[in-house]
Amino acid sequence: MSMVSHAGAAVTRRRSRVGASQIARPVVAGLISIVVVSPLIIMVLQSLQTDSGEWTFENLRFALTDSQVFRWLLNSVIVSVSSTALVLVIHSLAGYALARLRFRGREMVFLGVAATMFVSLPVVLVPLFVIVREMGLLDTYVGIVVPTLFGGFATILMRQFFLTVPRELEEAARIDGCGHFQTFLRVFLPIAKPAFVSVAVINFLASWNLFMWPLTITSDSRLWVVQVGITSFQTQYQGSWGYMMAVTFLSALPTLVVFFILQRYIVASLKTSGIK
Amino acid sequence: MTITTDSTVTLTVPPESRRRNPVPLRGDGAAAVGFLSPMAIGVLLFIALPAGLSIVMSLCEVTFGGVTFVGLANYQRMLGDPLFWRSLGVTAVYALAFVPGLTILSLSLALLVHTEYLGVGLWRALLLAPNAISLVATALVWRFILADGNGTIATVANALGVPAPSWLGDPGWALFTVIAISLWSFMGFYMLVMVGGRQDIPIELYEAARIDGAGAWAQFWRITLPMMRPTVFFVVLMGTVIGLTGLQSFDLVFVMTKGGPANATSLTIYYIYQQAFQYGQFGYAAAMSTVLTVIMFTTAAVFFRVTNSGRFDVDG
Repeated sequence: MSMVSHAGAAVTRRRSRVGASQIARPVVAGLISIVVVSPLIIMVLQSLQTDSGEWTFENLRFALTDSQVFRWLLNSVIVSVSSTALVLVIHSLAGYALARLRFRGREMVFLGVAATMFVSLPVVLVPLFVIVREMGLLDTYVGIVVPTLFGGFATILMRQFFLTVPRELEEAARIDGCGHFQTFLRVFLPIAKPAFVSVAVINFLASWNLFMWPLTITSDSRLWVVQVGITSFQTQYQGSWGYMMAVTFLSALPTLVVFFILQRYIVASLKTSGIK
Repeated sequence: MTITTDSTVTLTVPPESRRRNPVPLRGDGAAAVGFLSPMAIGVLLFIALPAGLSIVMSLCEVTFGGVTFVGLANYQRMLGDPLFWRSLGVTAVYALAFVPGLTILSLSLALLVHTEYLGVGLWRALLLAPNAISLVATALVWRFILADGNGTIATVANALGVPAPSWLGDPGWALFTVIAISLWSFMGFYMLVMVGGRQDIPIELYEAARIDGAGAWAQFWRITLPMMRPTVFFVVLMGTVIGLTGLQSFDLVFVMTKGGPANATSLTIYYIYQQAFQYGQFGYAAAMSTVLTVIMFTTAAVFFRVTNSGRFDVDG
């Protein structure tokens, strides 16, 4: 806003064009956004219709009372919540060490952490499956959760945040006789809430949405997360789009709620991590 | 790296060793081991070990029965496997359309929503929303929209009397459809990245340009694009990693097309999965993963080289 009006003041003869663009921008942006989000609206509308086109809540009610769907949703909650809790612990500890401790090889460790972001799951899927199988973790929650916890992004985000904490706070804690862990716990954790929420939101969405890994290591349908479960419905409910969209909507609802309430933390994380 | 002097540490380090090693990097070594070990153990066990094991496995015949060393046989097999080459071709087309598509779409959207105006926060959120839902949900929703006969588009086209193609059933359309859906899913996130890059450009540059009489088009080519080079580089790089080895192509293909029709959407990622988990060809799958990883890193290295690590100052 300020920029546009500034331009109008600077170049008076363009005022009329600036005025037009002030109206055009919101209109164009609004139209495009609605087109982009329309598939999600279609999903919700279709879940509220019978296959002959009448409005109904039956699809959603049927999906919610299906004990299988409930089990898969519960599995997804167990997996994403425990994953997020563990990620917060592991990556805040690592990020603190890389930001605040001085030790030999720190640069190397940091590069190693950054390099993990180039190793995407598909390229290590086969050996990772073999390792997890040898550990006896096929068809277990531990097997679904633990191998996915160590991507370096969260550590880097935590490190960038901890780097911004003024040294005086740390020194005050040291003078009070706190060791490294006490300093971390009493000084750094309480002020790191924004970084924690950012990491938690991003990790919750990523782990709720993960498909390839849980698909690979679970064959027992009682351990399927919702992403794996609903794909098995494709053949079972072929053509029954109202019900399929109801189940899909339920599977996406937790992420949509978290996203719309906490999306500003996603934006903040881009800034903190230095990506932008 | 700057090392700020810390009174406690300075006092505990004997003057003798301080002289020999003026930067007491050993200071927090013991604590660092404690803080880093959960992460380090996990990375070694679940990222580094599989990455190394991938190469070892690619030299072996790995079945549920046991492991036999076969040398380069798996790599030889790849040379004569038309489906592998086909999958590389599909992956190349996918990446060649996805990377420029992602860059242009995310930049265009960013230029549309980088300033403050009525509803801009909501528009940004709506544009980002497809990124929040899973690729499985994305694939299912789009399967409905694109379904032959009773899908949303088919219904609309029918009412208008226009023929709609079989988006996922026609080998000529299927890959294009998967690419378009990938872009729909990812463009909002990279738009946010681009918005950040755009907002970092000092406003004075545009004021000066306007005084010099530069129009919107000239401002874009002379200021916006040159100043956003590092951001664009980042998006191109990430797009390439995602395009060649990302999870999204697997998820979408698994749910929507299973590699078909007529292998038109059989991306290498998907073909590797099939070989491993449908045919039990673990060694062969590992060999193909290794080749794909080499291709990905080579492409990334070329980007770094050509653009001088994203600074683009090769000619300057």
